[in-house]
Amino acid sequence: MADELKELLSDEDLLRFYEQMVLSREFEESCAEQYTKGHITGFLHLYSGQEAVAVGTIAGVEKEDYVLSAYRDHAQAIVRGADPKEVMAELFGKASGMCKGKGGSMHLFNRENNFMGGYAIVGGQFPIAVGLAYASRMRGENRISVCFFGDGAINQGTWHESLNWARVWELPVLFICENNFYGIGTGVQRASALSSLHRRTCGYDIPSEQVDGMDVIAMYKAVHRAAAWVRERQRPYFIEALTYRFRGHSMADPAKYRPSAEQEVWRSRDPIPAFAKRLIEAGITDDGKLKEIRDRCATEVEEAVRFAEESPWPEDSAVWEDIYV
Amino acid sequence: MSDMTYRDAINLALKEEMRRDPNVVIFGEDVALYEGSFKVTRGLLSEFGEERVRDCPISENTIVGVAVGAAMGGLRPVPELMTVNFALLAMDQIVNHMAKVRYMFGGQTVLPMVIRMPGGGGSQLGAQHSQSLETYFMHCPGLRVAYPATPADAKGLLKTAIRDDNPVIFLEHEILYNSKGYVPDDPEFLVPFGKAAILREGSDVTIVGYGRMSILALQAAAELEKAGISCEVIDLRTLNPLDEESFISSAQRTGRAVIVEECWRTGGLGGDLASRISERCFDRLLAPVKRVSGLDVPMPYSRKIEKICIPQVNTIVQAVHDLYSEKY
Repeated sequence: MADELKELLSDEDLLRFYEQMVLSREFEESCAEQYTKGHITGFLHLYSGQEAVAVGTIAGVEKEDYVLSAYRDHAQAIVRGADPKEVMAELFGKASGMCKGKGGSMHLFNRENNFMGGYAIVGGQFPIAVGLAYASRMRGENRISVCFFGDGAINQGTWHESLNWARVWELPVLFICENNFYGIGTGVQRASALSSLHRRTCGYDIPSEQVDGMDVIAMYKAVHRAAAWVRERQRPYFIEALTYRFRGHSMADPAKYRPSAEQEVWRSRDPIPAFAKRLIEAGITDDGKLKEIRDRCATEVEEAVRFAEESPWPEDSAVWEDIYV
Repeated sequence: MSDMTYRDAINLALKEEMRRDPNVVIFGEDVALYEGSFKVTRGLLSEFGEERVRDCPISENTIVGVAVGAAMGGLRPVPELMTVNFALLAMDQIVNHMAKVRYMFGGQTVLPMVIRMPGGGGSQLGAQHSQSLETYFMHCPGLRVAYPATPADAKGLLKTAIRDDNPVIFLEHEILYNSKGYVPDDPEFLVPFGKAAILREGSDVTIVGYGRMSILALQAAAELEKAGISCEVIDLRTLNPLDEESFISSAQRTGRAVIVEECWRTGGLGGDLASRISERCFDRLLAPVKRVSGLDVPMPYSRKIEKICIPQVNTIVQAVHDLYSEKY
């Protein structure tokens, strides 16, 4: 195991994985606190538990690739390079927010990092990801589109339409399904004819695989390989990451529909301590250094909250801006 | 400088813009090999090749969504939805995505795309293929909505639409496709958005129309002239932006206004226009604003009864006469 890690990536990269996962968790848990205080309002869907998927995926693709997501998008934007301050300010609805306070939690967008949006209509991002892949190919750019979505989205018509389209037009789209087993409160086995979701792509002749979404290295390896395949062949590929959200669907959901035994099993597989253990066992780091990372992340999130608190509200005139060019 | 059909004018606009800008691409159901269900895309595949003119699967919501993504990615897609009726399958992408992404992402992206869609009634196609849904799009902020009445405007408005960085809904009337008119050859001939056309000047009554209704209004005005009533006919050209000053200043002058809308009366755009006229011309009006609308029924097939569901020249003529005969 130790050798595997060292062969795969530099110590610096591995520690970055850890840091990004911790930063994501700190950010989301801080959001929960800010929501309770009433600083963040509206819908708030947190990513805690799923960090290995975002970190492994984004590490496995290139900076110029497009990344699209749904409404559970904060961690993905931050891991992609967005400034946590701007994300937090957006959640506070402040003018300094990433989208000037007009998007909110579910609509993050960060052009400079090619983070092409969180979309709050389930399945809305599929055709947009296909369109971006089409544009990059037409313009001779070597980008692929990486499209995150949950298990619930797989039952939308756009999923079927877009997979079919991407295959027929031979477009470089990497579909990353985050199967956390619940579409809000409906279990995947009650919503999908096949609960092994990656098998559903066979109807579109799109190769797929299932990956342990609680293991950041497994995610990284699978995505790195798949992205190269997509880029080389200009064809779509599908990864189903098995993961779990530690909280309810949103802050409004106490998640009572999930058996506590099930939650315990998945909590015991928390991707962050599991990866810390591997790093220490491989001799890459020690407890002290990991604590330094955790402290740094906590400070960064505190600063983001302070920045959001101190930022001004949007001017009333902003409501009329950015509708038309 | 030549006379051509509304269909050919649209076709010419597409060709000229594709020649001018390699980022302009077209896709839709049967637009390439079949050259379009209404033959609007004739000759495009042979001139521009299958990378820029592509047939796609029958999946309207994804046609629009792919265009949204392609536009964000730097292309200028001009997808065709075979008819406006099928836009209902794409309303999620049109209303929730196409109209919103610029705003909700704080202006970080532009969406230079145009959805062309033929529609309207009068061809005996029954309830599912005869709808006039312009109000649906006009109702949603974030969308530009153009609806040409003449071949020249069809060319000039479409070229403006393709060069615009905003998402545009471009409505075409199926019955107008074979109508003929003078169309400038100039590849730089553009008709600006938000500027209505005065199709005919008059002093007694203002008739406001759009799309095919403007043509019928013009015919009605010719008849009314024989009865000694001078009608000013205003063609809106674009429903968003709406050239409010055009019909307000006209109605202030004439003191009478009739709005002709092909869409359903209830919730139709005529209600909106009438309220604007009432608000701004109240003390100048000699009669209440009159609306001539599509009937509030699903479109029947039979020729005889389909006709009564759509405004006709005689119903417009009658509406104008009513402004004089009714006691207010």
